[in-house]
Amino acid sequence: MRFWKSNKWIWGMLAGILFLAAGAGGDHFTLIWKKAVMICMECIGIG
Amino acid sequence: MKKLRLAVQLIFTILTNGYMYGFLQGKIYRGNLKYACVPGLNCYSCPGAIASCPIGALQALLNRDGYHIPFGALGFLFLFGSLLGRLVCGWLCPFGLVQDLLHKIPVFRKRKRLPFHHVLKYGKYVVLAGLVCIGSLFLFGGFVKVPAFCKFLCPSGTLFGALPLLTANESLRSQAGSLFFWKIGILLFILILSVKVYRPFCQYLCPLGAIYGWFNRFSLVQIEWAGERCVSCKACEKACPVSLSVREISRSPECIRCGRCVQACPEKCLHFSKKR
Repeated sequence: MRFWKSNKWIWGMLAGILFLAAGAGGDHFTLIWKKAVMICMECIGIG
Repeated sequence: MKKLRLAVQLIFTILTNGYMYGFLQGKIYRGNLKYACVPGLNCYSCPGAIASCPIGALQALLNRDGYHIPFGALGFLFLFGSLLGRLVCGWLCPFGLVQDLLHKIPVFRKRKRLPFHHVLKYGKYVVLAGLVCIGSLFLFGGFVKVPAFCKFLCPSGTLFGALPLLTANESLRSQAGSLFFWKIGILLFILILSVKVYRPFCQYLCPLGAIYGWFNRFSLVQIEWAGERCVSCKACEKACPVSLSVREISRSPECIRCGRCVQACPEKCLHFSKKR
């Protein structure tokens, strides 16, 4: 128990992995990719 | 340590912005690596960028119809944050590197902080809540949601995305209007301020720093202080570029783990370690 309390980073990392899995299930990475492969007009101050 | 950090910053910036064809042609990389995010603030519209910006990805997910939890972007942020905390800011962020280099220019009397630092340091949380989250979910775009942070503030996008793209791409250049000049103004202000003040964008405005700062207390990588050997010479506090006390170093959300304190300590009581 003490190990898990003093190594909170593991919880953070596990949460990260779970979130990534949830993101993969929700097709989030396709959306990120679609946004990232088009020139982002807002980012460059045009849109 | 200083040289090692500079080398890591340079190598990481070149590796994550290594699509040279993009710079030459005024185009951006469209490969599969852009499914993933880099840890630092690195605009995905930089012609050289080979992966996505975590704040851009977060906003892209918040910009969708309806209200959803942006798990995809949060996953990267939790992963990088719980492993490294703000070590990302100190060692892996390209815009941090630019500010570091500008601060080395030997003009102006250097300052570590701005006046009213104790209030201004919360600016990054206001930017995170106001522009990245609320702005991208509801405001500014009327009926169309916009990535408000990228659109109205992000100087990294202007420097690494807008300037190279507009230089190489005539059709984009012809579309530049008042928003572009607003962003150029912000970029110039931050770059000039960086010559005098240490990393003003990271200390006061960066939403990514606000997120990673939360992880500093419990991330895997830490700077450990052996208090029993400390002779209270305060060399670490003098060396700290953001003026943290020895007890705040590493655990404070302001610490970017640059390692100057580790280098400055004559008794070697500070060292990088993994969380125990």
